[in-house]
Amino acid sequence: MILLKLFWEFFKTGLFAIGGGMATVPFLQDISAKTGWYTAAQLADMIAVSESTPGPMGVNMATYVGYTVGAQELGGPVMGVVAAIIATIGLIAPSVIIIMIVAYFLKRFRDSKLVDATLYGLRPASVALITAAGVDIVLIAVLRVDSIYQIAQATLSWKALVLAAAVYVATHVKKLNKLHPIWFIAASALIGVVLQMG
Amino acid sequence: MKELLDLYFTFFRIGAVTFGGGYAMLPILQREVVDKKHWATEEELMDYYAIGQCTPGVIAVNTATFIGRKYRGILGGILTTLGVVSPSIIIISIIAAVINNFASIAWVQNALGGIRVCVCVFIFNSVVKLFKSAVKDKAALVIYLALFAVAVFFDFSPIYSVVVAGVLGVFFTKTGVRGK
Repeated sequence: MILLKLFWEFFKTGLFAIGGGMATVPFLQDISAKTGWYTAAQLADMIAVSESTPGPMGVNMATYVGYTVGAQELGGPVMGVVAAIIATIGLIAPSVIIIMIVAYFLKRFRDSKLVDATLYGLRPASVALITAAGVDIVLIAVLRVDSIYQIAQATLSWKALVLAAAVYVATHVKKLNKLHPIWFIAASALIGVVLQMG
Repeated sequence: MKELLDLYFTFFRIGAVTFGGGYAMLPILQREVVDKKHWATEEELMDYYAIGQCTPGVIAVNTATFIGRKYRGILGGILTTLGVVSPSIIIISIIAAVINNFASIAWVQNALGGIRVCVCVFIFNSVVKLFKSAVKDKAALVIYLALFAVAVFFDFSPIYSVVVAGVLGVFFTKTGVRGK
């Protein structure tokens, strides 16, 4: 039953998330809020892992969520892997179906005014959803509250602010910004341990 | 049969060496699919990639499906897709098992605390980049702000936002608001 629900949730994610890996994050947040299978903080960890391992980020996210849900709800690493495969297939199934159809109408699709007009609306929407997902993660990681409505109780962690500023600067400095994300993540992990940011 | 296996394993390799997905994958696809295997021309690849960005789902998967279908029909499309996701399933399952088992240890918690802050900056950086390419006029800014506000303050499924945005896109284009 959980596996079926997992497949369906990821099928919907694959169908409506447009514009790359980050675009799946708002949907995964929605799944987390609806099912309680994993926390928003865990989701942030999954993003870090998905960005620093090989493979498309969206696929990595699906696999990670699937594994976590399977191992936790059904018990054990074997069910984790089974659920990881099911979540991933759920995510890619709509793509495969849609691409097979679009491939027949390739030229018409590319030149379609309707497709262009729809995408004109979808692109800012996708960015808006990712921004909102980012706000939620900032609330948890930096301000240590669960929702925007608790912002009055937020405790501003100076450690988090300094680290955020440092990572921001580092990702914008010439040469440094060419580094693979894994280095920034590793450095942040180290700083997290030293400053006890857990 | 040999060709089908070749499709699967070539995309397995591509999935295993691509970090970050869609955007990072293009140069590798050019080398493997266009230059080495001749499964698609440079032009076709660019078309597939462009369409892969605006059809639902993961860009890398969409492009892989296109190429497989072009070369070997539906079965080819399915095999390239499975190939490109297989390394993720193996690698991530191992990492997830390790992290989930050690997550309760204090220093792992501390490390994750630092990593989460780093992720915030990553998301911010990608939002800035995506915003520049997605929001180019006032009407698009209206869509952005409206859906951002709804997503932050209400517990709506993002599916509704996507559907509404598609309709708004068509409406703004037809009424001539777009571009202003």
